[in-house]
Amino acid sequence: MSNTPSELKYARSHEWARLEEDGTVTVGISDFAQESLGDVVFVEVPELGTNVAAGDEVSVVESVKAASDIYAPIGGEVIAVNEALEEEPETVNTEPYEDGWLFKLRPSDVSELDNLLDAEDYQQLCEDE
Amino acid sequence: MSDSPSNSPLLHTPLYDLHLALGAKMVPFAGYAMPVQYPLGVLKEHNHCREQAGLFDVSHMGQVRIKGAGITEALEALVPVDLAVLPKFKQSYAVFTNEQGGILDDLMITRLADDEFFLVVNAACKEQDIAHLRAHLNGFDIEVIEDHALLALQGPQARAALDQLIPSAAELRFMSASPATVTIDGAEVECFVSCAGYTGEDGYEISIPAQHATAFAQQLLALDEVEAIGLGARDSLRLEVGLCLYGHDLDTSTTPVEAGLLWSISKSRRPGGEKAGGYPGADIIAAQIENGASRKRVGLKINGRAPVREGAELMDSPGNSIGRVTSGGFGPTVGAPVAMGYVSAEHAAIGSQIAVLLRGKTIAVEVVKMPFTPQNYVR
Repeated sequence: MSNTPSELKYARSHEWARLEEDGTVTVGISDFAQESLGDVVFVEVPELGTNVAAGDEVSVVESVKAASDIYAPIGGEVIAVNEALEEEPETVNTEPYEDGWLFKLRPSDVSELDNLLDAEDYQQLCEDE
Repeated sequence: MSDSPSNSPLLHTPLYDLHLALGAKMVPFAGYAMPVQYPLGVLKEHNHCREQAGLFDVSHMGQVRIKGAGITEALEALVPVDLAVLPKFKQSYAVFTNEQGGILDDLMITRLADDEFFLVVNAACKEQDIAHLRAHLNGFDIEVIEDHALLALQGPQARAALDQLIPSAAELRFMSASPATVTIDGAEVECFVSCAGYTGEDGYEISIPAQHATAFAQQLLALDEVEAIGLGARDSLRLEVGLCLYGHDLDTSTTPVEAGLLWSISKSRRPGGEKAGGYPGADIIAAQIENGASRKRVGLKINGRAPVREGAELMDSPGNSIGRVTSGGFGPTVGAPVAMGYVSAEHAAIGSQIAVLLRGKTIAVEVVKMPFTPQNYVR
């Protein structure tokens, strides 16, 4: 059973989003997603300063099996990327919700988070897949 | 070997239930339900095979026994190999060619007797290969062995592992084979062991009656050094040592010369040899041997860490298309992306600086010698 922290919001495309105290939003992929992808060997993070809309392809996670597109769960400006993944992409597998985060956004409209799934609904989605 | 487009129900190998019991993730492959990975995961499975020993179910591959007086000459008419000089229980890699010199399949040939050979062919090609054999070996005895599983045991500790179960066969050297017996549930079971594989490591392939295959696999898996390995790691293991995957790196439009498989064409079957030609497409292949081919399969060292996959376009420095990647991924042992592909002859020299297009970006690529990681065969 994959781990689905209740304080996060989830996109149907398996990204998670966490609203931080400073109003920024951290994005990563869920435990379910990393498990399905298998061993991650490369992460292409978005460029700093890029403005993205919800649903835009912003990043690519490559596992031993295939490349998977990562979509922005909400719109905003990319204000940080996880550079540690360049050397240790496997952190996405081992700590998908902590050190394995992908990028941070300054949301253009924080209410877009309400369009995402809560943990319970996301868990259901994963069980149905 | 490529995925079969057929919609018919997936076939099961004799180890199917064992795969499920081991927690494998099963995928369709060449018409079979096959384990792509076990709970260990592709990366750890790959590393385990390089460091210790891995057990692979390759029962989906075709096992065929052909025999009859004159079979050596008859089979030589289908493959550019000097089989007359292949001793009993020695193996040769070979390709079936078509009239255009293209590759119908690649296979392993083992001589069993003066007038008998054992062939192992790719799963996705086996129906077509068997038809090809029946069409060209009219009057010979062609037996498709459906009641035997085929297991591969590969890795630096494969020898020590097999020695515990089949000590007689553990002595084999690379590209040789032997009948053997293994004790299963107190009974002596006949099997056939060859010393070869598809990982670049020392190891064996064992053909064993289907009803004993699971028990035999369990005996091997009970050894500390042996883990079950899926198709995912099988692919990265073979790619790192520069071995071709049929349907990807080889196909009917690719000649053995283009594929860098000239070594598989016996000297006596090349132009000027005492048994030159005499196989389908020999004239086209001979011309390529003498004058060179217009494109070549090469190893590709990718700048950076992003894996480049099959189909990616290769370019020269002005940005002209010069070929495509045919296999690519991350090489866990190399610790970097590894790939192979075809490029036009003028870019095929070792050290050529070319580029690959990846998600709209141009990434520097160097043509390099393969294998990417050393082959560790015991000769």
